[in-house]
Amino acid sequence: MTEPLLKVEGLTKHFPVSKSLFRSPTDFIHAVDHISFEIALGESLGLVGESGCGKSTTGRLLVKLDEATGGTAELDIGEGKLDIAHVPKEEMRDFRRNVQMIFQDPFESLNPRRTVFDTVSEPLAVQKIGTVTEREERVAELLHKVGLTPPATFLFRYPHELSGGQRQRVAIARALVLDPRFVVADEPTSMLDVSIRISIMDLMLNLARDAGVSYLYITHDLAVARYMCDRIAVMYLGKIVEMAPTEELLSNPRHPYTRALLAAVPVPDPAFKKQAPDIKGGISKAINPPPQCRFLERCPMANETCATADHPPLLDRGGAHLVACHLVP
Amino acid sequence: MTNTLDIESRGGRAGTTLLKLDDVIMRYHTKEGWVSAVENITFDLANGEALGLVGESGCGKTSVALTLLGLLPDNAAIISGDIQLDGESIVGLPEEQMRRRRWRDIAMVFQGAMNSWNPVYKVGDQIREALRLHWPETLTYTQETERIGQLFELVGLNPLMADRYPHEFSGGMRQRAVIAMALSCNPKLIIADEPTTALDVIVQDQILKELKNIQAELGMSIIYISHDIAVIAEVTDRMGVMYAGKLVELGDTIEVFHRPRHPYSYLLLSSTPSITGPRRKLAPLEGEPPNLIDPPTGCRFHPRCPFATERCSLEDPVLTQIGGGHAVACFNWQDVPEIGGLQK
Amino acid sequence: MTDTLLSDPDSTPTIDLGEIVATPLWRIRLRVAWRSFRKNWALFSDNKMGVVGLLIIVVFGIMALAHPILLATAWEGHEEGGKNVYDVRAGADSIIVEKTVVDVVTDPVTEIGRIEAALMGSGAVIPEVGTVLEVPLANPAPPVFRDVEHAHVLGTDPFGADIFSQLLFGARAAFLLGAIAALSSVFLATIVGTVAAFYGGTIDTLLMRLADLVILIPLLPLLIVMSGFWQIGLMGLGILIGVLGGLGGTAIILKSQALSVKVKPFIDAARISGGTDWRIITRHIIPNVLPLSFLYMMFGVTGAIFIEATLSFLGLLNIDASWGIMINIAHTQGYTLQGLKVWWLMVPAGLAITVFSAGFFMVARAMDEVVNPRLRRR
Repeated sequence: MTEPLLKVEGLTKHFPVSKSLFRSPTDFIHAVDHISFEIALGESLGLVGESGCGKSTTGRLLVKLDEATGGTAELDIGEGKLDIAHVPKEEMRDFRRNVQMIFQDPFESLNPRRTVFDTVSEPLAVQKIGTVTEREERVAELLHKVGLTPPATFLFRYPHELSGGQRQRVAIARALVLDPRFVVADEPTSMLDVSIRISIMDLMLNLARDAGVSYLYITHDLAVARYMCDRIAVMYLGKIVEMAPTEELLSNPRHPYTRALLAAVPVPDPAFKKQAPDIKGGISKAINPPPQCRFLERCPMANETCATADHPPLLDRGGAHLVACHLVP
Repeated sequence: MTNTLDIESRGGRAGTTLLKLDDVIMRYHTKEGWVSAVENITFDLANGEALGLVGESGCGKTSVALTLLGLLPDNAAIISGDIQLDGESIVGLPEEQMRRRRWRDIAMVFQGAMNSWNPVYKVGDQIREALRLHWPETLTYTQETERIGQLFELVGLNPLMADRYPHEFSGGMRQRAVIAMALSCNPKLIIADEPTTALDVIVQDQILKELKNIQAELGMSIIYISHDIAVIAEVTDRMGVMYAGKLVELGDTIEVFHRPRHPYSYLLLSSTPSITGPRRKLAPLEGEPPNLIDPPTGCRFHPRCPFATERCSLEDPVLTQIGGGHAVACFNWQDVPEIGGLQK
Repeated sequence: MTDTLLSDPDSTPTIDLGEIVATPLWRIRLRVAWRSFRKNWALFSDNKMGVVGLLIIVVFGIMALAHPILLATAWEGHEEGGKNVYDVRAGADSIIVEKTVVDVVTDPVTEIGRIEAALMGSGAVIPEVGTVLEVPLANPAPPVFRDVEHAHVLGTDPFGADIFSQLLFGARAAFLLGAIAALSSVFLATIVGTVAAFYGGTIDTLLMRLADLVILIPLLPLLIVMSGFWQIGLMGLGILIGVLGGLGGTAIILKSQALSVKVKPFIDAARISGGTDWRIITRHIIPNVLPLSFLYMMFGVTGAIFIEATLSFLGLLNIDASWGIMINIAHTQGYTLQGLKVWWLMVPAGLAITVFSAGFFMVARAMDEVVNPRLRRR
């Protein structure tokens, strides 16, 4: 296997539940707990799970919006490697140029008081790249690429003068203006209308193909993940419980949680007979979780091993299909 | 007659018409002009039937719900048309009468269950309040409590939860409690506007199943409103597709999914990703929905329609029956091809 | 520096940018700013109250500007007793007699001896402490119109000075005070609010406890006490009101606004691009707080004028003339209890204070609707 673009090992983030000036916190939410995965150059990995499972936190750790509690994430930046969890100050610039993020809400991710040009050229301005005219040309070129044509008519508009889909295109242009190698996309289409969703997803796929961008695609929607991603990782309460190539995961889910999740996804076909998701109770919070399997309480097939042994490791069960379950052979 | 406390639907015999909308036009008045939010909507709903209304945001599907419930804001007006519930017109009823009907005849389940509850009262007491206001006869306190317990059991909640405050409920439980409240006065019709939009898939699945079971059990009529055609596919018998304030297609859910006849429904269905069926390239829908203050002439979909002809920009097609209870508002419905890949 | 990112002519498709690249950026920005100003003006002008308020402010602005012009033209050379009665600074002085004040007598016996000695020419000096102005009471003249040469449209005060002239001068004082107070308070509040919101933690705690402290101190009594120690002029008062107001309530309000901006994803996006704290605060947070700052600036003017009027009425300010001082003169000369018989002494000044404050308040309320779309009527 070729060297991966991103190699995450044991990435962990614990949030203190209550902060106080005088007492050190005793309760922690284990938002992301020792997760490991790799992303190859040009590949897109889908990170799927219910709200509160830690998928967004993982994304924020990888773009350094939050600092990891532990673990490493090595990013290949072309001329060497960089550990995202410990970037030396002098290499911050290299890091920022190679990693970008696309956000969920196109209405909140653009500063309402800045024009499209200001927003898209901001990374260039911050990194002090090019003259103003060069930046204008570069921004125009990107607007053209993301389908905002003719660019001249969009350059000096404010976000409120754009539709939701157009705003998300601007956000994509901003993310790509520095030619990053790795982009974290946090539910970029979940707030958009169905009819616009596909064109944005297609745009992201085309840009990935043309520019060789790798995505970590965070979504709660398995159908969207299927359309966008080469591989899918399923997260539950801070742990990756299953990871496999997309079609393999959908056709042969092995972790009981993945199965329940798949059974619950609504299918746009009234003739399709779904099986009932087999799962108990509701999702809880990972506050100081016990060492056993995180899915134990809700698992329909848990036995004594599950109740006593530690959380199962994520192991390859053949064909790059990784599952973290005691009961999967 | 059975016990008055039974939970049932007060609608008529299954199959008879409960609700009839006839050419309803509703508009909002804004500074920029009139927004034509609901334009010539005609459909009827049988007792015991589940009807789905699907469309993008701003297509007027929620406006239809508000019109039915008589909950229009001050700047809205029903321009023409008639709405009949059980053969009685409910357009232009005085506010007082409409309010009495709202929980008793038509109940609602809105999106964002968090906001439906007043945080300072116990959930059970809020349902009790609804019972006191809308239940035709006076109940004793014990009768009320008993009924609330039954309602909670029906929607899969522990009756003891009635004594809790809304913040002690999870999102899914809150939405279940909203359904219990909607059922509290034995309504003839429930309008569920995006009932599961804010919920995670597993909870969404549970809630939808619950609604479907209750509907079957009580013989209730439900109008589901959603932007998610997958949800509509799962729970409805019949569905209408809305675009820019107009109903463009109406028919049996299976029929519409199997053979959509309106280009918009066709494109909507072919641009929806699914986890079943072969993995395929989806067809994007070009352009953006129109501004409803100044909608396009002729068919409102024609600027985005790949099948549009010159006639489409001049004349506005009306919803016409094409057989089998399937109606479509398009001149070129016969050109719309069969959908590929969605069915096995 | 040259950068590979931008200098790759092969991969760049030629895109027609029209005149955009040719036009300098500042010209485009000016055009864009003008466009959004027009849009906001349209929203603002929808509100009748705001337009009336703005009209009031404009009228007072004309009044303030008119004073020096009238003084140089129409009112030139109206000397009475050697001084121009229209000049508020000199007008009253013309009839004031300077009088020497003798030190307060601490020990009557020795003091009398000393004074006697002085009077008998023994060479002892009477300690001179300062001069006070004693004014012989004249009867305030009612408004006179017929005599154009010496017109007193709103009459004169008990010292014979022209009321209308003082009214115009008061508008100048009000604008000056309002501007200083509002600008300094909003400048401080914006910085304190955004810094507290952005950094949080200890900085936030310290700044907010300071704000609590400032709110706890009642402003007016504090100013009354301070006026006993220092001579407070218009500038000083403006800055004092500004600092105390800016560190208190306004800072807390602007902080909450900054907090709501700080959590928006576009701040995250700026961080990911590598934006420094300075850049994020100045380019992203402050521009989004500024409309609210501006709003509180308008409310601030109203507050400052009321405080000035109160302090002037109590005679605690070292100011040439203001609306508050006009009422103070009427009061100290004993005309306040005569009802409306000498209405021109109090009514014009009182009305001016009320209407001027109302004008700013109305503009602020109308701006509130522009800034907070939720308040807008559909």
